[in-house]
Amino acid sequence: MSLLELQDVTASYGQGRVLHGISLSLAEHGATGILGANGAGKTTTLRAISGTVRTTGRILFDGRDISGLGPDRTARLGIAHVPEGRGTMAQLTVRDNLLVGAYQRRDRRQIATDVDYCLDLFPQLQARTGSPAAALSGGEQQMLAVARAFMAKPRLMLLDEASLGLAPSTARTVYDAIRRLRSETGLSMLVVEQNAVLAFSLVDDVTVLETGRVTVEGTASELMGMDSVRRAYLGG
Amino acid sequence: MSYFVQLVVDGLATGSVYGALALAIVLVNRSTGMINFSQGALAVLSTFVAYAVVQAGAPLLLGLLVAVAFAVVLGAFVERVVVRRFEGGDANTAVVATIGLLVLVSGIAGAIWSYDPRPFPSLFPNATLGLGGVFVSVRSIGTTVVIVAVMVLLQLLFRFTKLGLAMRAVADNPSSAALSGLPVSRLLMIGWGIAAGLGAVAGVLVAPQLFISPTMLDFTLVYALAAAILGGLDSPLGAVVAGWFIGVVENLAGAYVDVIGNDLKIAVPFAAMIVILALRPQGLFGRRTVVRV
Repeated sequence: MSLLELQDVTASYGQGRVLHGISLSLAEHGATGILGANGAGKTTTLRAISGTVRTTGRILFDGRDISGLGPDRTARLGIAHVPEGRGTMAQLTVRDNLLVGAYQRRDRRQIATDVDYCLDLFPQLQARTGSPAAALSGGEQQMLAVARAFMAKPRLMLLDEASLGLAPSTARTVYDAIRRLRSETGLSMLVVEQNAVLAFSLVDDVTVLETGRVTVEGTASELMGMDSVRRAYLGG
Repeated sequence: MSYFVQLVVDGLATGSVYGALALAIVLVNRSTGMINFSQGALAVLSTFVAYAVVQAGAPLLLGLLVAVAFAVVLGAFVERVVVRRFEGGDANTAVVATIGLLVLVSGIAGAIWSYDPRPFPSLFPNATLGLGGVFVSVRSIGTTVVIVAVMVLLQLLFRFTKLGLAMRAVADNPSSAALSGLPVSRLLMIGWGIAAGLGAVAGVLVAPQLFISPTMLDFTLVYALAAAILGGLDSPLGAVVAGWFIGVVENLAGAYVDVIGNDLKIAVPFAAMIVILALRPQGLFGRRTVVRV
């Protein structure tokens, strides 16, 4: 059984419908990338899953229909959404941000171990644990956002444009760490990314969205073999 | 010299009351990011509840407990029913809504208990201690001790507890807090509830001195807002210290500077506030907001 399954999901902001009935599924421990142009509905797909936009259709997580649950409830079920724009708590310190991520957990000792793991995963944060998140560089904030999501010990991580606004080398550093996180923890991931090269380096499967509909899906290597995908997303 | 010390001591006592209401304002700001102008009115209504309990023949301490419980529920109710409609929207709209609440809640208290000031019993014995020519009432000492204790508890709550961390996170970034599984709406209600309970304590402490009436805390609220801003809106310690500062400066200026006298002395703390904020925009104890993009 798949961990996450979207069945004919639509989503709208007010009167404007953004998703026109998309279906996709993600296996436990799997990682799927969502590609598409601006406005294709990538971010909205993630928001539909975490419950921050109004939807119709069925969204099954671990066999349970979670559509209509708010973001705090989906988070407690094990879905960690790293939103576009990072969404760190600006005035809270790096350490406090991580502890907020672990808010729903009771296993105090393991939380301390996981904080250490995050600092090992993102060594750039080690010297900054006492600084407010707002004082971090863009790359460090993105690392903190991923780390905070991981602190919830989720089963599924939704990653939205983790490379946005970062220098290419910084974006690579962030993705290297996310790849390590995936291989060491087996965390399932749904990854929205404009930078297809980075996305392909992380995921097994890819879904392409165009104006709110799924147009292509397959394994990463299948899609890399398609001329249309290479032209559109990989620069030839 | 003893006259000077007397003025300072009296100023500290008045300042403690400003600080108490300022603490409630800081609490709401820290847990929801808003400024609640109805804080004083909610406190007065709760103090009237204590008054009603005492009128019914119960001891004041019971009245205080009932008032605090009432205030916690009232604060949470107001957040849930009124303020929530304005959260996440324009901050100015929310502020005006709390001013509307101020008028409404005062009006309710006035309709039930009329606007005539009434005497209110004190939690502390009506005695005065003399020390080296300086006299200080037991009530002032008691008020100050209670306020300092509440301030310390609030600092501990925010600094060292999970609830405090969650409240800070919600105030900072509610949508991200929700994505981390925090029950945002419940935390907002808790923040307003605790703040209103604190306001009830302030009201019961100050009512014996001011006499209870629906407008009892109107002036106090202005000073408390000044104290909260001056101390730094996110700092309980700052609220209390700034409350004391305002109480003392007001008293000293009124006594020593002839042109100021009794009528103008209320303006002095505000002049001081403007000067201090020009030099230190984050307030005396506030943390500077840094943003890197």
